[in-house]
Amino acid sequence: MPTMLEVTDLGHSYRAKDGVHEAIGGVSFTVDAGELVCVVGPSGCGKSTLLRSIAGLISPTRGSTTLHGSPVQGVPDDLAVVFQDYSRSLFPWLTVQRNVEFPLRRSLGRAERQARAAEALDWVGLSGVGGKYTWQLSGGMQQRVAIARALAYRPALLLMDEPFASVDAQTRFELEDLLLRVTREHASTVLVVTHDIDESVYLGDRILVLSGAPSKVVADLTVDLPRERDQITTRESEAFVTLRSETARLLHGGRPRSTKPVTSANQAEDGQTVASRWADAERAETGRRATTT
Amino acid sequence: MRAFTRGTAGLVGFLALGEVATRSGLVPRASLPPPSVVLAGLAGLLADETFLLDVIATVLALVIAVAVASAIAVPLGLVLGGNPAVRQATRAVVEFLRPIPSVALIPLALVLLGSGPETKIALAVYASVWPILFNTVYALDELDGLLVETARAFGCGRLRVLLSVALPSALPFVLTGVRLAATTSLVVLVSTELLTGGNPGIGEFILEAGSGAGRMDLVLAGTVLAGILGYLVNAAFEGAGRRLLGWSALTRGRS
Repeated sequence: MPTMLEVTDLGHSYRAKDGVHEAIGGVSFTVDAGELVCVVGPSGCGKSTLLRSIAGLISPTRGSTTLHGSPVQGVPDDLAVVFQDYSRSLFPWLTVQRNVEFPLRRSLGRAERQARAAEALDWVGLSGVGGKYTWQLSGGMQQRVAIARALAYRPALLLMDEPFASVDAQTRFELEDLLLRVTREHASTVLVVTHDIDESVYLGDRILVLSGAPSKVVADLTVDLPRERDQITTRESEAFVTLRSETARLLHGGRPRSTKPVTSANQAEDGQTVASRWADAERAETGRRATTT
Repeated sequence: MRAFTRGTAGLVGFLALGEVATRSGLVPRASLPPPSVVLAGLAGLLADETFLLDVIATVLALVIAVAVASAIAVPLGLVLGGNPAVRQATRAVVEFLRPIPSVALIPLALVLLGSGPETKIALAVYASVWPILFNTVYALDELDGLLVETARAFGCGRLRVLLSVALPSALPFVLTGVRLAATTSLVVLVSTELLTGGNPGIGEFILEAGSGAGRMDLVLAGTVLAGILGYLVNAAFEGAGRRLLGWSALTRGRS
């Protein structure tokens, strides 16, 4: 598969009261066309900043991004973002149908726009609610509208910032399966930022683990699970459990066991801190398996 | 319905109290005629063509003033609200001009614009611009950054974000500003008519009824009509707001 997104040495720092705060400390990775890649990292590690940089909403202080070969400057034309807070990212003065049509207003005529929006609503199982207002729908349905809006735009890259962090667990499972289904049906390239380890393993073809700020890519894990996933059987499979533990360990600053680290994030950190985090992660694991260090 | 019944009862009670106070001689009848006489006078006036022309003149001036004020203040508000630098640069001037009472500008307006209807309209516009301008600016302060980011992520430029995100999102605030502006406009129009004279309007009618003949019942009838106009204008804008911007009350009520 050709490379869709290439991020090279992307860094972002901003001025804080006590000098310059480095949020992202040089992140490099690629995403192939048709891939679903999850980015996990500890809270406050600059995941959202990374996503906004890739989307062109903020300019990174260094590094570069290319989207299907062309360097990104400002907001690229064929990119869509789904944010966590659906109630604040849907336009309350527009109906569901018109919300989905919104990004198509610039490029398409009325009839084609309407057809595309109706089609996208159908993909997410919301045909028939186009005439309602978004605030008349449940949270899960609102996020489906946001997903439909992004898909109707037919983006080369779909960026999602904690897309399911604001819905209840049941809805979350439904939306995860919905996302897997529609993005595979349309061979979408997706980058999902999440803090949820289970979600990253369940959704991803690959997982990028970030360190704390200034964040770097600690590991690039390939999810060795069949593409067809199931909320019950996938989550209880050995491969899932192993990968989840692996990701958790990496998140806690531990060394990867099975995968070579892309960059050595631990260098930047104080040895003592890494050691104690490692011990914490191990303690958390002892209930499940024997300590090996 | 219950609220309506209570409102009516309150109004009837108020009129009855006025009736008793004036008829019992508590208040001199010549200077404050009883409500029944005033209302009868008003009924008579509504059949009087010259009076109706006065009313139309005032209402027309009101519509023009509010339309012109909106056309000035909404775009200006979008510019000030969207550009902190421009806002800071104009702050001193705006804060100086805003507290000036429009009525104090009558002599200046008479010299500049003459004694035609444009004088009262200009003064009403001056008074109306502020509530619309400030509500628009404040609405942009309240604009949700995530809505803007969403639009930007879909490739909307600055102007497009302003027109298709900032403006609709600000509309409920803007409409409140226009509603306040309309009632302020009415006060300024009637005051200017009353103080300058010579132009058809409710204020002019009140001025003439009060001078010479001293027909306080007609003065009060004109005043009551101005009050009714103010009430209707306010109610019309509230109704329009509820119909057009139902999303706003509902979404705000929830969050």
